[in-house]
Amino acid sequence: MGFVTWATSPWGQSVPIHIAWFLIWVALIAGLLFLIVHAIWLTYFAREKEFASDASPEVVARIPKHVPRHSLVARVFHWIMAASMFTLLFTAFFPKVGIQFNWVTYHWIAGAVLTVSILFHVIHASFWLDFWSIWPDGTDVEDARRRVRRFFGMPAPPPRKFAKYPLENKLYHGVIMLSGLAVIFTGVFMMFRVRTIFFPRNPYLFGDMTWGLMYVLHGLAGVGLIALIMMHVYFGLRPEKLPITKSMIFGWMDRDFYLQEHDPKRWVVETSSSSTSNSSSSSSSIPNRIEGRGLADAD
Amino acid sequence: MAVIRDVMPAFELYQPTSVADAQKLLELHGQDAWVLAGGLDSFDWLKDRIRKPKAVVDLSGIEELRGVRTVSINGSEGIEIGAMTTLTEVVNHPLIKQKYDLLAQAAEVVASPQIRNQGTIGGNVSQDTRCWYYRGGWPCYRAGGNICYADTPEGRNREHAILHAERCVAVNPSDSAPALIALDAKFVVRTRKGERIVDAEDYFIGPDIDITRLHILQPGDLLTAIRIPPTWAGAQFYFEKVRDRNVWDFPLMNVASAMATSGDRIDRVRIAVNGAAARPLRLKAVEDAIRGKPRNAATGEMAGKLAVQGAVPLQFNAYKIPLMRNLVKRAVAGVAMEEATWAS
Repeated sequence: MGFVTWATSPWGQSVPIHIAWFLIWVALIAGLLFLIVHAIWLTYFAREKEFASDASPEVVARIPKHVPRHSLVARVFHWIMAASMFTLLFTAFFPKVGIQFNWVTYHWIAGAVLTVSILFHVIHASFWLDFWSIWPDGTDVEDARRRVRRFFGMPAPPPRKFAKYPLENKLYHGVIMLSGLAVIFTGVFMMFRVRTIFFPRNPYLFGDMTWGLMYVLHGLAGVGLIALIMMHVYFGLRPEKLPITKSMIFGWMDRDFYLQEHDPKRWVVETSSSSTSNSSSSSSSIPNRIEGRGLADAD
Repeated sequence: MAVIRDVMPAFELYQPTSVADAQKLLELHGQDAWVLAGGLDSFDWLKDRIRKPKAVVDLSGIEELRGVRTVSINGSEGIEIGAMTTLTEVVNHPLIKQKYDLLAQAAEVVASPQIRNQGTIGGNVSQDTRCWYYRGGWPCYRAGGNICYADTPEGRNREHAILHAERCVAVNPSDSAPALIALDAKFVVRTRKGERIVDAEDYFIGPDIDITRLHILQPGDLLTAIRIPPTWAGAQFYFEKVRDRNVWDFPLMNVASAMATSGDRIDRVRIAVNGAAARPLRLKAVEDAIRGKPRNAATGEMAGKLAVQGAVPLQFNAYKIPLMRNLVKRAVAGVAMEEATWAS
């Protein structure tokens, strides 16, 4: 039982044609197992989160009631990407498990939407957002080391609070980015095999081996996304993560959650008078950067 | 690759004598089972060693799958044809000739007399496509691969689809299928969940739904009978098949129509064509367009043009578009309408 299905091409060459479809069930079961194990661990074994000392009272006082986290554009992108991703997964794998319908057209349309939305996201994140906020930095690595040491009872200072995104979030983004780029890269070429509005059909664009490897990579990334999306939805629905999920709907998170989990020094909150109307301070119409060091320096 | 002929791979042969036993065997062996009816399609696959089932379930010993009988269908008397009834029996049955001659006409042009003596109505509607890339054992979409060798710039696709091609461009080769659709036949299928009765047009599926099958039968399922309601008994029928060799051949395309008229007006009509797509197509848009219209050459002309809307020819089968247009035109105008001439 191999992970890849092979066939003999008309020229007698043994070529891969796609992944073995049992991998769909492997991904589903792996995703489910992760959810179960994580839920059990969190319920019965996980310790309280421990962070290094809190921000100064001055900084805390300046944090608005609603901390802006995701712009409207970022949220719209996220939900468009989510809709296209679900459409892609359902149209790709439902027919393989016996739910038959005309899936190809919906699949390539959803793929095109995903591709465009990802391109937009790359440009938007590069020039309009804090590009580096989603990538692990030295502090993340050091804090991860501290957390691991403390978990095993070894001496280590408590880790600092998170920047805008926890390390796990950043790693997840990295993995889903790789999977997403793999399905997009291969999927765009696979559109040459079917009739779409984008390119003239050309099944001879590559040789059989290249096409086969492309289908295998597309499939592997696709089944990987099954487990990844299951995890993402699971975390999105977990009670302790709901403030983060809500921020992807409303654009902001509660001040209390922000102060509990995030370090104002590492996640500089930008706000304007409108978004700070509930704040105890800052009545200026000029956007403010609320940051521990900045405020301390100002003092 | 199809290089070995006449030496079939080893398999367990089962010869049940009841439908219940056959179904149990099919359920037991699932994907590994092969249903053997007349054997005319099956032995090609087996001798070419392209299909290597572990178990072959031979239905020829099941008497209850044979014969034509009258049955009550929704309170009216129709007929039921056992799936293992031979095409010759269908052609010669007096009730079919009298009331449902469309089916007799269609069955009579299937292949040769010898093949009709052996081939069954169930096998004829359930046979696989004749695309030679697929039957040659190439790893195409229909065989579970990721390419259609016929739909390529150099692909030999003279016999392939002009409508509803979705990655695979193979066509359904059945002659009796369009006649059964025109007669509003119902297919009786035994499944794991019990008996299922489906309209003839829903028995067939295209690659958009499942690229590896031409019909709805899943492993473990068995087509047991075909029922024809009296709806179209004695109606005006038209069947025409175009093939490369008139002695015997698979259809390049065929058309079947059943029509009821008042004077020269078309009251009710059903038309189906096969050889244009991976499944026999019921032409509902054409039926709607010609209902209430006079049955003449002008209506036939309009019907023919409407029938081919959306057709996309491949490299070598553009001729199928005028072929389908003319067949539909002639089916609507009727066999007596000598003025329904061919147009390119």
